[in-house]
Amino acid sequence: MHPTLLFVDWVLLIEKAILIAIIISVSLLIAMYETYLERKVAAWMQDRRGPSRAGPFGILQPLADGMKLFMKEEIIPASSSKFLFILGPGLAMLTAMMTSAVVPWSSHFDLFGKHIEMQIADINIGILYIFGVVSMGVYGTMIGGWASNNKFSLMAAIRGASQIISYELAMGLAIIALLMITGSLSLSTIVKQQQVGHYYALVQPLGFLIFLVCAFAECNRTPFDLSEADSELNMGFHQEYSSMKLGFYLFAEYINVFISSAVMATLYWGGYDIPFVNDAAFGVAHGQNVLAACQAFSLFLKVVAFIFFFMWVRWTVPRFRYDQLMNLGWKILIPLAILNMLGTGFFVLLHANHWHF
Amino acid sequence: MQALTNRVKQVERKPMSMWEKMYLPAIAKGMSITFGHMFKKRPTVNYPEKTRPFSPVFRGLHVLNRDEEGRERCTACGLCAVACPAEAITMEAAERLPGEEKLYREEKYAAKYEINMLRCIFCGLCEEACPKDAIYLSETFAPANYTRKGFIYGKDELLIPDPVTQPEEFAKAQGNRAK
Repeated sequence: MHPTLLFVDWVLLIEKAILIAIIISVSLLIAMYETYLERKVAAWMQDRRGPSRAGPFGILQPLADGMKLFMKEEIIPASSSKFLFILGPGLAMLTAMMTSAVVPWSSHFDLFGKHIEMQIADINIGILYIFGVVSMGVYGTMIGGWASNNKFSLMAAIRGASQIISYELAMGLAIIALLMITGSLSLSTIVKQQQVGHYYALVQPLGFLIFLVCAFAECNRTPFDLSEADSELNMGFHQEYSSMKLGFYLFAEYINVFISSAVMATLYWGGYDIPFVNDAAFGVAHGQNVLAACQAFSLFLKVVAFIFFFMWVRWTVPRFRYDQLMNLGWKILIPLAILNMLGTGFFVLLHANHWHF
Repeated sequence: MQALTNRVKQVERKPMSMWEKMYLPAIAKGMSITFGHMFKKRPTVNYPEKTRPFSPVFRGLHVLNRDEEGRERCTACGLCAVACPAEAITMEAAERLPGEEKLYREEKYAAKYEINMLRCIFCGLCEEACPKDAIYLSETFAPANYTRKGFIYGKDELLIPDPVTQPEEFAKAQGNRAK
């Protein structure tokens, strides 16, 4: 064996393991409270009160919901493909969690005389990694729907899969325009560029809009929640699921919302940068650890704003019809994204030429 | 074609304009409406903590009344059962034995008195029929129950607490409709 393979940096390994544990438990916690917030926001927008019985203001409601899901009987239909039936929700959960690996949650802490990066893996192809994992998210839906051996589930899964695949195209094209400006695929580099310059949402408003719409479609959120259209397909691809397997699917959706909010904030709204504050000067004045904590909080606020936006849209806009969805994806968003790409390319070239033709 | 009423409106089916086709302005408008609703007053009444006031003529669950000394007023004459249009009331009479004068006002009393709350239409005719003011309808309504049997209220549910031994409970159960 090669000697370097035997030599493992155990300290780094433990540091990363702790970070992974923290990030995963935080995203699970946030997903839990997203279910609460979803119901509260829905209630507020419909002049209701929302869950208010479990604990003060109903804040223990997610725990009660989780308890209920755990207590429910686990049913695996006799005609289902058992292995895939169990694999489906696991895969949905796995792909939802994996995206969090490349998002920079803050700059770095200086603890115990160590320089601790708040990013699980700063890989130089961060965005490509996200795209790869997000495309794998289709499998959760598809496998679950197919293994149920139910026509409604299968139809819903096919609809969901074709929707996700179509909107991924527009999403990718919107990102290409952004990448022309950044010149880097690494998320931490993109955030650092935004700390110095403008937020990319101001530079790429159209690209951001397209990305936002596609993010809604990728998360299977209303107005694009065709794969679980209750009125036409009963419950969609998870109709045959019960107990915590259903819970996993619902949870995966909320984790997806959280992660895509984080990705949007990172790519277009400066990530962990504190708005209207010079981060470098703030760090010098108050120390690196305070700065990193404030930055993590700033990113958290941005993410919460996005999550609220997701919910706000959900309780406003009705679901698209399938042909409308495909029209929007293929005939409007993709041409727009290509136009945006060409326009951006033109300006990037001009800039490289020092504004001379 | 001649219109049947003067309220007919001709529907225009124009193709959507560019502004309408963009979706986004319409969505922004809708979202501003839903956002505005977040700050509106909510009409919900937080039920168990807060209740809506009943009207003074509200007729709810029945109460079997006692007199000031805590004796049951009912003599099991059966007029309420006869008056009841839904035939919800049944009773069995019994004779008062010596030594029970503190419990029952007259020589005859209702040993069993049952009202089926599922049959009852809360019309209040029993209250009007009673010559002894022994029954009246209060301001509460029958709570949910798991079985049909649970809706057949016996004397233990209907009888008002004794005003002599349990004055607080009596005052609470009496309500505004007591005579």
